[in-house]
Amino acid sequence: MSADRSRLPEVGPDPAFAFPNIVGHTLPNGLQVRTIEHHGVPVITFVLQVDGGSGADPADKEGLAAVVADMVDEGTGSLSAIDVSDALARIGADYDADVNPDVTTFSLTTLTRFAGRGASLLADMTTKPSVRESDFDRVRQLRLDRLKQLNDLPTAVAERAFLRLMYAQHPYGHLAIGNDLALRSLSIADVAALHAATFRPPQATLIVSGAMSHDDLLAAASIFGEWSDGTRTTEQGPPAAEIEPSDRPALRLAVVPRENAAQSELRIGHLSARRKTPDYPALLVMNALLGGQFVSRVNLRLREEKAYTYGARTGFDWRRGISPFVLSASVHTASTAEAVRDSMAEIADLRDSRPPSDEELTLAKASLTRGYPRNFETAQQVARSVAQLALYGLPDSYFSEFVPKVNAVTREDVTLAAVRYLDPEKLTTLIVGDHTVIADSLATLGLGEPSVLPVEL
Amino acid sequence: MTSSAIEIPFTKRTLANGLDVIVHEDRRVPIVAVNVWYHVGSKNERPGRTGFAHLFEHLMFEGSAHHNKGYFHPLQQAGALLNGSTNTDRTNYWEVVPTSAVDRALWMESDRMGYLLPAVTHERFETQRDVVLNERRQNYENRPYGMALMAISAAMYPPDHPYAWMTIGSADDIRAMQLEDVQTFFRTYYHTANASLVLAGDLDTERAFELADQYFGELQPGVKPPPVACGEVSLAREQRLVFEDRVQVPRIYIAWHSPAMFAAGDAELDLVADLLANGKTSRLYRTLVYEQRVALDVSAHQHSREAGSFFLLVATAAPGQGLTGLLAQVDEALQRVREGGPTDGEMERAIAQAEAHFMYRLQTVGGFGGKSDQLNAYNMLRNDPGFFSVDLERYRRATPESVRGASARYLHDRRIVLSVIPRGQSTLALADSESVLVS
Repeated sequence: MSADRSRLPEVGPDPAFAFPNIVGHTLPNGLQVRTIEHHGVPVITFVLQVDGGSGADPADKEGLAAVVADMVDEGTGSLSAIDVSDALARIGADYDADVNPDVTTFSLTTLTRFAGRGASLLADMTTKPSVRESDFDRVRQLRLDRLKQLNDLPTAVAERAFLRLMYAQHPYGHLAIGNDLALRSLSIADVAALHAATFRPPQATLIVSGAMSHDDLLAAASIFGEWSDGTRTTEQGPPAAEIEPSDRPALRLAVVPRENAAQSELRIGHLSARRKTPDYPALLVMNALLGGQFVSRVNLRLREEKAYTYGARTGFDWRRGISPFVLSASVHTASTAEAVRDSMAEIADLRDSRPPSDEELTLAKASLTRGYPRNFETAQQVARSVAQLALYGLPDSYFSEFVPKVNAVTREDVTLAAVRYLDPEKLTTLIVGDHTVIADSLATLGLGEPSVLPVEL
Repeated sequence: MTSSAIEIPFTKRTLANGLDVIVHEDRRVPIVAVNVWYHVGSKNERPGRTGFAHLFEHLMFEGSAHHNKGYFHPLQQAGALLNGSTNTDRTNYWEVVPTSAVDRALWMESDRMGYLLPAVTHERFETQRDVVLNERRQNYENRPYGMALMAISAAMYPPDHPYAWMTIGSADDIRAMQLEDVQTFFRTYYHTANASLVLAGDLDTERAFELADQYFGELQPGVKPPPVACGEVSLAREQRLVFEDRVQVPRIYIAWHSPAMFAAGDAELDLVADLLANGKTSRLYRTLVYEQRVALDVSAHQHSREAGSFFLLVATAAPGQGLTGLLAQVDEALQRVREGGPTDGEMERAIAQAEAHFMYRLQTVGGFGGKSDQLNAYNMLRNDPGFFSVDLERYRRATPESVRGASARYLHDRRIVLSVIPRGQSTLALADSESVLVS
């Protein structure tokens, strides 16, 4: 039998999908534990998520939470930094620390036969880090040097400047790595203080997923029951999510000059929504068709039609508090102004002159829902997904409800979401690029004189 | 699955037109990975047309005769994740689709394998040429140290050697490409006799072969292209190069010719890379970054390729540190490995990591590095999709002496040493370095 080339094969009904059962436990010390069985390959993942990420950095100590996270694999008890690294290697562990604006997440994946050793190591590292002066000094210096290097990386320069433009001095207004002045002022006492204040069992969640029964997963996690909730040395202020950013008029256009740059790194956006908004499914659909996937208005126009860029996308930089909507692309220097104009037009048009078509809506929903089960193929994917529930306070039923909720989004929902959460008048455009070459064309955008920003701010 | 049975079970058949089809069942998640490899990469190019294989890959997403518009749309509509990539040796394409969309993915893949050319227009060609030039600017020209590997590739090989250029190609060559080149290239390399298809995931093996035959069986076979002649190459001596870049601190790259993928010594050099620069316990990280703090980072990697590999060691100096001292330290560590090999503890650790990482590779069916991609890699390079377990054995069988021997044999003084230094600071380069132009 040969293929019928006259038309594309139809897609069958979506396969049934059910997220595996999440079992919740509370250890006597207050630590929330969630276990999820994930069978097939003898692998297990532990994810420990503690409240307080870069948003918990004190105002004059931007970068502290990331230093604390770095210190976690720098020694514990009698183990030096080298010993910890050796112990991780001997169980073939894949270890990672991630400092998010709201939380810090530690992940350790190993073979199930090393489950006990992995759990015990992660517990010791995270709850009893040695925090030695010499390690602290080296870790901080590496971060200072890294900061210096980031000044040559256009994407990093753009991310940093864009956060500052969005949030100003709000605790969300900086990258986790912080800034030079703040890093230099840090002391080992600061590290100990932030660790004591934020690494506490009642403010943490441990997720364990792997090829074991719930009972065995819980047993592996039980070592975290020895984590005691010590005395708090400092009072933490309100979490970043609860602080309102100042409602000042946004800059329309800013440039970080980069002489002879081969391309312009572009960010266009404004503060928009909170992750927990009930409009989240509508925002997902809206973003997918605007710039969240390959076949989307922004990428088709900037890449496939105009060839200004290798790729352009839109998205929300989600956090517990108010989060930015942002369009990102790296565009050819000569096309910078045209790319900005086209990008802004796409955002504006979605709100009024070109609401989503039925076809776009169907495509966006299908691409979000039909392949959904592939997000849960590995123990680590499952554990990290469940960590998101803890991060955003979402119900355990979230994953099973995702597909029907997205499928229920209507054209009106998307249009309303666009009107409510996108505002062309509030967009800030940031360009990291060759200012002398692009200055004249930028003047034609009608966004006024650009503010010229330094590389570090 | 127990630790003694680490493998990817599969069935392989070859269609009448020469297409290898390999099927692997994994019913845990209702998805299927479709993965196609073409045995063509940048080493099939010639000087003056470098970057062509990769540009061609872009055109494969612009439509084919019976679906004469973008490739992404119908697959996104089906909930697929998809991508493709080109390296020196092969070009791969993949979709991960819900089980319900296997037919559509196979229809699309087979249509572009068999009937691409009618859809390739001047306009599409020129647009993608500009997109690729932007990709080059974004990922190489506008990135700190982004041009280093180009300089190294050019220095390691004679100018007409197939590994003398990088897959992205030179910007002038990309601009010079013609639509006619596309047609010749397609007819030479894009056909069933030069490709293989893997279906992995939630489907029945017999049904998978039926579908493969239904969609690909009708395609006309081409002539299998002859292997690319890659002459033996060696460096006569150490060659020192330097270029200035928009960077804050100098970085040193040291490159050696090394055995081809799966050849004797290849796995051992992986282990050497681990013991030198993987993690805080590794010798160079510990000395340079942890103890003496003269480097910001150090990495080592055996870049395994079909017709000859290279081993690359990279270290970034801490501010205020010169490259001369860094090189001396690296050389001292290399000499100790060549003479004394790894300790038993280092071997145990390296093997434990290798075993765990082979297990991790069994977790995903699709995408880059998933099981479908691995089956195709082993099939193309070893004509044996089941090579996974043999591959792992290469590491299990390595001994301190075989690791020492490989380092002594390959990591010698006939090498390329490249300094990349901040603009205007030529004194930071290693002595006797020849200036190279990169663009």
